[in-house]
Amino acid sequence: MDYIIAFLIGGLICGLGQLILDLTTLTPGHMLVMFTVLGAIAGGFGVYQPFLEFAKAGALVPVTGFGASIAKGSLLEAERSGIIGLFTGAFEFTGQGLAVAVFFSAIFALFFSPRS
Amino acid sequence: MASKKIGQATRKFTNPPIIIGTGTVVGPMEGRGPLAGDFDVVLPDLTCGEKTAEKGERKFLEQAAQIAIERSGISKDIVDYYIAGDLLNQIISASFSARQLAIPFLGVYGACSTCAMGTALGGMIIDGGFADYVLVACSSHYQTAERQFRYPIELNVQHKPTSQYTVTGAGSLVLASSGNGARVTWATTGKVIDLGIKDPCNLGAAMAPAAADTLLRHVADTGQDPDTYDLILTGDLGRVGSELFRELAKDAGLDVGNNHNDCGLMIFDCKTQRVGAGGSGCACPAVVTFGHVLREMERGKLNKILLIATGALLSPLSSQQGETIPGIGHAIVIEW
Repeated sequence: MDYIIAFLIGGLICGLGQLILDLTTLTPGHMLVMFTVLGAIAGGFGVYQPFLEFAKAGALVPVTGFGASIAKGSLLEAERSGIIGLFTGAFEFTGQGLAVAVFFSAIFALFFSPRS
Repeated sequence: MASKKIGQATRKFTNPPIIIGTGTVVGPMEGRGPLAGDFDVVLPDLTCGEKTAEKGERKFLEQAAQIAIERSGISKDIVDYYIAGDLLNQIISASFSARQLAIPFLGVYGACSTCAMGTALGGMIIDGGFADYVLVACSSHYQTAERQFRYPIELNVQHKPTSQYTVTGAGSLVLASSGNGARVTWATTGKVIDLGIKDPCNLGAAMAPAAADTLLRHVADTGQDPDTYDLILTGDLGRVGSELFRELAKDAGLDVGNNHNDCGLMIFDCKTQRVGAGGSGCACPAVVTFGHVLREMERGKLNKILLIATGALLSPLSSQQGETIPGIGHAIVIEW
C-alpha cells in the first residue's frame, strides 16, 4: 500500500509541475525554486511532516521534500542554538545530498569534457 | 529616381541574378525526414568529427559553400562576395567559415530570414553591376542554437508543444550575372513587426504577423495575385505560426490556403519525428528552398515561387529582461 500511495502522490506533484510547464511561460528554473520554497513553507508550518508520513517517498523525493528538509533543519538548530541556528541548520538534513552532488559533479567533470 | 524600385519595399531585378549552383548539408535527423533525397550531404552525426558542435557547424557551412561553388563550375577566386549569417553570437559560424574560404565577406544577421535576406542583397549587388558572382550561405545547428537561445542540451529540458526543433544544416547558393538556372526576379524587404509575443518557445506565433505583412506589401507593390505563384513558402513558422499566417492573410483578403506551405513543416515528418511544432533555424528555409524546391523547379514541377523567410529577432538577454519578440519576413521570388 505504501508503494501505491507514494507512487500516486509523487506522480501528482510531478503532474502539477508538468501542467505549470505546459500552460504557463515559467521556466524549469522558476519551477524548481517555487517547489522548493513551497516545501520549505509547508515544512516550516509543520504541514509537510504529516504529509511525509502519509506519502513517504512520494513526498520526500520531489524537490518540495528538499525544501521541507531545509526548514526542518533550520528550526531544529534554532531551538538548540538560537536565531543563528536558522542559518547554520539549513543544511543539517540536506547537506549530505548537496555534498554528494558537488563531489560527484567534480569527479565526472574531470573525466568527461563538459562542452559537447 | 531608382528605376528598379516598385513601391516602398519591393525591388524588381532588371537583370535577374541566376542561381547557377547550390549546396546543402543536413544533419542525421533531417536525413530521416521526407526531403532527405534532395540534400547533397547527410551528416552521420552532429559534430562533423569536430570537438564541439560549434566547430561542426562552421565546418558544414563551409562544406555547403564549397559544394555550391563546385556545382557552379567556377573557381573560388572569381567569386566577388561571400554573404553569410547564422544564429550564434557575433555570427561566428559565418565569419569563421569566411576565414577558410578567403572570399570578400559580408556578414549579415537576420535570424532565420538570413537566406532570403542574403539572396536579395546578393541579387541587388549583381543587378547593380557591382559583382558577377555572389556566394550566399547560412547555417544553424540544433545543439548550438539550443545553447544560444534556450538551455544547454545537457540540462535535458523538456520541449513545449509550441516549441520548434532547430534544423541542423547549411544551405548555400551562387548567384551569377549570366548563366543557366532559376532566376531571382523580385525581392521584398521585410519590416520589423512585434505584436507582443513574449514566449521564446513560441517563435512561430511571433513571426507570423511579419510574414503576413511582407506578403501583403509584396502583393500591393507588385500587383501580383497570390494564385500566380505555384508555391508560397514561409520560412519556419511551424504548425502554430502557419495557421496564424493563413488567418492573418485571409483577414486581409488574401486566401493562400491552396498554395502555401512552410519549410518547417516540410523538412520533418511532424507525426513520427518528435519535433514539436516543426523545424526552425536559418538552415530550415535555406536547405528546403536551395535543396528541395530548386530541384522541384528543375524537374518542372514548380515554375514560380515566393519565399518569405522569417526571423525572430530576439536575443537571450532581451528575453530575460522580459522584452517582446520582434519578427521579420524577407521575400524573394524565384522563377524558372
